[in-house]
Amino acid sequence: MARKKNRMVQEVNAGSMADIAFLLLIFFLVTTTIASDKGILNVLPPKVDPNVPPPDIKKNERNIYTILVNANDDLLVEGEYRDNANGLDKDVKAFVLNFGAPDEEAVALYNSLPASLQAEAKRDPESSDHPKEAVVSIKTNRGTSYEKYLEVLDLVKKAYFDIYATRANLSTDEYRALSGKDDAEQALIDKGKEGIGMQISIAEPDKLGAN
Amino acid sequence: MGKFGKKNKVSENIPTSALPDIIFMLLFFFMVTTVLRDQEILVEQKIPQATQLQKLQKKTLISYIFIGKPKNTSLYGTEPRIQANDALMNTTEIVQWVNQERDKLPEADRGGITISMKVDKDVKMGPISDVQTELREADARRVLYASVGKVVKD
Repeated sequence: MARKKNRMVQEVNAGSMADIAFLLLIFFLVTTTIASDKGILNVLPPKVDPNVPPPDIKKNERNIYTILVNANDDLLVEGEYRDNANGLDKDVKAFVLNFGAPDEEAVALYNSLPASLQAEAKRDPESSDHPKEAVVSIKTNRGTSYEKYLEVLDLVKKAYFDIYATRANLSTDEYRALSGKDDAEQALIDKGKEGIGMQISIAEPDKLGAN
Repeated sequence: MGKFGKKNKVSENIPTSALPDIIFMLLFFFMVTTVLRDQEILVEQKIPQATQLQKLQKKTLISYIFIGKPKNTSLYGTEPRIQANDALMNTTEIVQWVNQERDKLPEADRGGITISMKVDKDVKMGPISDVQTELREADARRVLYASVGKVVKD
């Protein structure tokens, strides 16, 4: 008797196991949203204290690279009309690395740059003095679409990341993927950034021609 | 002819005993990557594309804010609205919301709170700038413009 029973329960029927697993699998497939915490990081300026008058900043016009975007998503880059943002990253890069009138510190910075970046320096007296002085200013209108604004910001960031990546001897994608979680990565990040701050000024949108 | 007959008899059925293991492997993958939706999105979300995406190290520091045209236009109108947690709110309530979110974080991390702005493509800069003014007011100045990768064509 006992022997017979043993033989019957010898193996569990595992055929339906796959079905059960499939059911669970489909449940998770449906409910899943693969988390995408990716985006463009931006740090807003501190709030304005009404008791403190805004600092009086004297800055030469040539050190500011102005990008205006109007309510029709047209661009005005340094006084020139453009109907799309193509090539903006190259222009910003050329502006930042212009070295029009470098001071002592900037000359040292220039000498520390890899040759490919040194070649970018056009030394145009009409453009930025040196990277520390260079500021990229983006001004939008309240009617500008968010998509266009992000596209412009994206390209300006690309210009800076390109410079950083070249200095750190990485590709731009590799540089951006650095998270600084260990010292070696942090060192690479610092190597790219050193002396060239990402100076992007985002002006408050004006209200012309929009609600 | 006889040869073929012999072969057929040997491998009559495929062994399916490994099938559950494969399915379980897939199952575990999805279980690990899954984030169960704890909130219903009430506004439209067509996330714009960008190339210079960065990832944040600490996900716990992120709080989400959604901006877009309400899905239920008969109830909320067609103007872009702001959603945080599971309800729509007005611009003036953002400061309070940020403070609530900040209180949820451990004390050491409170300065590093990051607001991930998930904004619909079709929203104009006006409402976004209003939100940013409020965020500056609340001193939550780290902002992540959520976007998806774009394939670059040269």
